[in-house]
Amino acid sequence: MSMHTARISRRRFLQATGALTAGAVLPSVLFARTGGEGRLVVVILRGALDGLAAAPPHGDPDYARLHRELAIAPPGSADGALGLDATFGLHPGLPFLHERYAADELIVFHAVASPYRDRSHFDGQNVLENGYRLPLGSADGWLNRAIGALRTSTSSAGVGAPERAVAIAQNVPLILRGDAPVLSKSPMAAPDMDEELIARLQDLYSKDDWLSARLSEALQSEHVGDASNDAQASAPMMTSGQGADRTTAAARMAAAVMRIEGGPEVAVLEATGWDTHANQGGAKGALAQRLHGLDAALRALGSDLGPLWSRTAVLVVTEFGRTAAMNGTRGTDHGTAGCAFLVGGAVRGGRVIADWPGLGAASLLDDRDLKPTLDLRSVFKAVLGEHLRIDAKTLATRVFPDSTQARTLEGLIRA
Amino acid sequence: MLQSEIAVLRFGLGARPGDLAAAASDPRAWLRAQTLGPAERAGVTVLGPSNEIFEAVLAARAQRREERQEAATPEAVKAAAAILREAYQPHYRAQVLARAQSAALTMRPFGERLVHFWANHFAVSADKGAIHGLAGTLENEAIRPHVNGRFVQLLTAVEQHPAMIAFLDNQYSVGADSPAARRAALRFDASADRPKRRFGINENLAREILELHTLGVGGGYRQEDVTSFAQILTGWSIGGGRGRLAGGDPGKFYFRGELHEPGAKMLLGKRYAERGQAEGEAALADLAAHPSTARFLATKLVRHFVSDDPPPEAVERLARAYQKSGGDLPQVYAALIESPEAWEPRPRKFKTPEDFVFSTLRALDLTPSTPQEVIHAFELMGQRQYTPGSPAGWADTAASWDGSDALMHRVLWASQTADRYPGGTSPEDVAGAALGAVLRPETRTAMHRASSGPQALALLLMSPEFQRR
Repeated sequence: MSMHTARISRRRFLQATGALTAGAVLPSVLFARTGGEGRLVVVILRGALDGLAAAPPHGDPDYARLHRELAIAPPGSADGALGLDATFGLHPGLPFLHERYAADELIVFHAVASPYRDRSHFDGQNVLENGYRLPLGSADGWLNRAIGALRTSTSSAGVGAPERAVAIAQNVPLILRGDAPVLSKSPMAAPDMDEELIARLQDLYSKDDWLSARLSEALQSEHVGDASNDAQASAPMMTSGQGADRTTAAARMAAAVMRIEGGPEVAVLEATGWDTHANQGGAKGALAQRLHGLDAALRALGSDLGPLWSRTAVLVVTEFGRTAAMNGTRGTDHGTAGCAFLVGGAVRGGRVIADWPGLGAASLLDDRDLKPTLDLRSVFKAVLGEHLRIDAKTLATRVFPDSTQARTLEGLIRA
Repeated sequence: MLQSEIAVLRFGLGARPGDLAAAASDPRAWLRAQTLGPAERAGVTVLGPSNEIFEAVLAARAQRREERQEAATPEAVKAAAAILREAYQPHYRAQVLARAQSAALTMRPFGERLVHFWANHFAVSADKGAIHGLAGTLENEAIRPHVNGRFVQLLTAVEQHPAMIAFLDNQYSVGADSPAARRAALRFDASADRPKRRFGINENLAREILELHTLGVGGGYRQEDVTSFAQILTGWSIGGGRGRLAGGDPGKFYFRGELHEPGAKMLLGKRYAERGQAEGEAALADLAAHPSTARFLATKLVRHFVSDDPPPEAVERLARAYQKSGGDLPQVYAALIESPEAWEPRPRKFKTPEDFVFSTLRALDLTPSTPQEVIHAFELMGQRQYTPGSPAGWADTAASWDGSDALMHRVLWASQTADRYPGGTSPEDVAGAALGAVLRPETRTAMHRASSGPQALALLLMSPEFQRR
């Protein structure tokens, strides 16, 4: 353990010095960028990704013993991890992320978790998306509150201002639900609508504000849709195809929508299938295929965003991690801490940020899970603050109330 | 909204021609009559039983393995992959078609809605490889016979159904001190300085029973309970596997004592003595009788039938009925039928795609004849049948279904369906039979002004009153 602590201390030091630099230039940048140049994509992995497989801590002396045949071998061995540093690597199914790490565009966060400490997917996703400490029956998500703050803080906002976020889904996930209007757009080619029918429906909904608002939003997205036809034409139809194809189709749709002049700056994608209770596999197998699909989707997002990539940050998060030890069915059960990724041209990457607690028996949470040492909200607040230029007070009071314990990280985004 | 309309449109699946009249004389009695006996499936589609499907898929898997090994060309590899799909896909398609036909035709639409409710409560997802071809069998074999019985019977039938066991991975869950695990521990791998294979439990089924099927999250269980309940359930398996899973009737529930963790276990502060299969059954009975279960089920029923924000008085009434009757479901349904909150004229539920498709089939008196038309509808609107993706099932609140993109897909399907309407009844008469007194003058006027019959029907289907229940 002592070796790790020393390493992490140096990492933390670098992090702190980076923060100083970023802090020094912040005011001028703030004014220069009120136009909202930053683009943010949030990818939610539903089902709880095994962080110990996606970003294997191959240097931890207890890792291979606990994760057994699910463990990813150290870099250099057959089917080994893609190396990051002496402790951490990336799953071999994530070559794109590894390239971005080499290009200083990827930060890997480890031993990270939302404030949620039980092990229900559904409450875990609720907390991940609502931004509070508890799985409240909250009707709004933190990213919606954040773009709400963006709307009121920039001059172009106001009644009739365009939606600033898009959910790549038929329906809006909790993270983007709330007062601020958002688009939803799914990668399924919609044939031309009967315009007369739409006009008559608008009339029929005139006394029904709820349906009327949704129809107007839909018509707004249809315009966006016209311009994103390229993505629709080249992306596979959202039928019963593979999950991986769907994620790539969604990523390409997000890129197409965000590239439109005046289009949304924020996009949310979802990918399912991470709940690997049985036959998870190691360098190959079920989880490996999922990770390959995710990596391919991120690569497609990057190449389709083109020049916008340099202004983009992509957050990849999941509701919680999985057990440190393999279970009885060659899988892993619900755990607590795991990993998260922040990748993009705007990211000050090439780093692993982890206050690594270790996987020794005494370090595990409840004798089974990787212990969280970093609150995901610390990452979220940093990204919203540095990248979307939302001020600290709004973040602390409106977007993430009761998050004082989750100290905002600094220096995640290039100045 | 009149009482008959509420009974048929909110409690039921929407009106077929004549339904509103049938319920008119005594809407509550019309509902109560549907809560007796098993909920038989309507329609003529013949479905294979789960054990035969299970066996066929196993055989196809073995054949695929063989052909893959022998495959010399990429085409041969592809052909091998198709073997499995050919084994399970016809079953999935038949189940989806049968479900839609039954929803379209049934004369007991409240009973049918209850079947759908419980199938979603005990959700399995057909996109998981282990239950290819089996998802619909859970609904037909475990839920339909018990939907009007006691909850504990329904619960036990579901948790012992092969689709649930395979969906939540319990067939491979092994007690660490079970005879099978002890034998395996003896086979030592000297090169790795450890046993060749370590067996242990898989928590998935135990956790989801507690969280999703009975107590509900926050219902008073802890991680220790999940772990020991998983030990209690070790051995709950499926017959006819290979190797250590040999034995038992293929494709049927089978208790494997070899995998069962021996000894007494604690669950929710109660001690369960070693009793093999009966141990798990006793635990299920206690979970079914738990006050948290009463409250959790009551909340879900009220959310489904009354409002996304369940009124506490109604929840309380159903929970009391559940506890007083020892979980006798018809008495819980009776409490729902007697709840004034359920009869408020203003409809508070926005239809899910499922509600919308089934009520449309009934309103237009259409019976689907091919799986493809049903599959198309649900793919378009994002509720591919039997694939909620997670054991929590589909969300039962408007916020999960009211995306603007989703609305456009409803418009699209409504207009495609209206275009294919064979006619015979005028749009005005269709509207009258489908909505009765709920039909608003604005909708009537809009239909009257429509440029074509199909457009008038599309306006009816997309009208605010048809989109809610």
